[in-house]
Amino acid sequence: MKIYLARRLAQSLLVLLGVSFIVFFILYLTGDPALVLLPPDASAEDVQKFREAMGFNDPFIVQYGRFFLGALRGDFGQSVRHGEPAFNLVIERMPATFELSGAALLVALCLAIPAGIVSAVRRNTVIDYISTVVALLGQSMPTFWLGIMLILVFSVQFNLLPSSGRGSLEHLVLPAITLGLFTTARITRLTRSGMLEVLSQDYIRTARAKGVSDPPVVWKHALKNAAIPIVTIVGIELGTLLGGSVITETIFAWPGVGRLSVQAIYNRDYPVVQAAVFLLSSTFVLVNLVVDVLYTYLDPRIRLR
Amino acid sequence: MNSVPLSRAVDLSAGRAPAPREWALFARRLARRRTALFGLVVVMIVIVAALGASWIAGYDPTEQDITNRLRAPGSQDAAGRAHLFGTDHLGRDILARMIFGARPALMVGFAAVAISGVLGMMVGLLSGYFGGRIDDVFMRLADVQLAFPFILLAIAVIGVLGPSLPVIIVVIGVSSWVVYARVVRGAVLSLREREFVQAARALGSRDGRVLLRHILPNAFTPWLVVATLDMARVIVIESALSFLGLGVQPPTPTWGGMLADGRVYISTAWWLATFPGLAILVTVLGINLFGDGLRDTLDPRLTV
Repeated sequence: MKIYLARRLAQSLLVLLGVSFIVFFILYLTGDPALVLLPPDASAEDVQKFREAMGFNDPFIVQYGRFFLGALRGDFGQSVRHGEPAFNLVIERMPATFELSGAALLVALCLAIPAGIVSAVRRNTVIDYISTVVALLGQSMPTFWLGIMLILVFSVQFNLLPSSGRGSLEHLVLPAITLGLFTTARITRLTRSGMLEVLSQDYIRTARAKGVSDPPVVWKHALKNAAIPIVTIVGIELGTLLGGSVITETIFAWPGVGRLSVQAIYNRDYPVVQAAVFLLSSTFVLVNLVVDVLYTYLDPRIRLR
Repeated sequence: MNSVPLSRAVDLSAGRAPAPREWALFARRLARRRTALFGLVVVMIVIVAALGASWIAGYDPTEQDITNRLRAPGSQDAAGRAHLFGTDHLGRDILARMIFGARPALMVGFAAVAISGVLGMMVGLLSGYFGGRIDDVFMRLADVQLAFPFILLAIAVIGVLGPSLPVIIVVIGVSSWVVYARVVRGAVLSLREREFVQAARALGSRDGRVLLRHILPNAFTPWLVVATLDMARVIVIESALSFLGLGVQPPTPTWGGMLADGRVYISTAWWLATFPGLAILVTVLGINLFGDGLRDTLDPRLTV
């Protein structure tokens, strides 16, 4: 178990190293980072001076090393637009993104797990068909369209919920549903197929033969075993949610990291882009590490490997 | 199994009816799944619309008509031409733009899937067949790739390089190989130990030949399923990028771009944003249904 944890931790660090390299590399895609960071009307002399000051003349690997050490300390440089450290700008908006992603995940789990279970238990009934079709639609629907349609119906037509901003619980409803729908669809389908598989296992038949009534069989015997793939996908889906927040936050003017990074890209504010991508990716890596550790408790077979 | 009466010897030299080709059998099984068939029909319609857009659309998708802007679906202009889905804020016909919008979507879809599919196939073959150090390196690389909130990375890179069709295709293509690699690798791991592969090796076939002639054809089906379902994902990403203004640039009509335009008029002209979104939904749904059917027919145990 300790060896497994150590290996998993080392792996996460390796992933973070890779992430940092790609994030670092973003600036170099254009060729000359000095030209990217400076306003287009900067004189050749200014560019030269800036290059010197930022160390852009150093060998590539030295620059990367400096970037990496800076990133570890949370130093991504100053935001070109806001004149503040990029790290602070991103960190300030982290809670909003976590709030939205968390709410979306909650929506997804609350809808998907019951829907998936009922679908599996009442297989081939009307309920099953409805939930299957809804899940399929949910998986095929582009987030941004759903968001706009929800605004059209609930904000424009019926004036029930606010279409932008953050604050009250009401502000959270539409963005959370929008962001959570794809995940809801995925988890519903996964729960359904997982439950169907588990319900056909011998130990379920044994439990039933021993006279265990229906609800305990479903909730205790079956769900516990069907939960393993669900927990894994929750980790992966959190990445989808963090990434998807970019679009959802843009639609609903939600003041989170996603919207910040889109604006930063429009403004060519690359230190902020780097900080945002790096911190969101790190969060994702961390979440997956936690999920994997949780996983070993759910499924002892992994612990022994 | 029909038993052959012992009294009648089987004449091997006689021309027996050829066994139905595997693909024909498979096509018949697939055709029995109504949802998959429906999906295929939808996809074919979209492809035909994209290819024949100039003939089908009836309007030039970039033709502006300011006197006829924001007309409701079904209205007619002065010349008596009907706008089935209405016109947008510049008086352009929405249906025509939707039909033309299928082009960038499918182009990015096919091209990006081709890139990531080939990359993933190669990585999966090498990783699964040789194992060891190569496998370790590729799989760690896959972990790094999966640790990225993909859309964020795509936006960042496209934002830096500037949006254009090749950039979009390459960014999506290069960053989507992991699923292919994992599925192919899994298939190769089990194929490697099979008798026919062992036999080929025992007969002295070189690794390259074993991989290409014996393993690749057998690892192809799971790959095809992943490619189909990935196509749906890529089309959603393409439209998301267009929505953010980082896709194929105007005046080329894109579904995502139309949605972004329509968003501004959401309180006065609902049709601007509604129809292009439906186009994405129906296309992606069609591909997903077809892909699900393909998976269930080819390999029901495959989890992708």
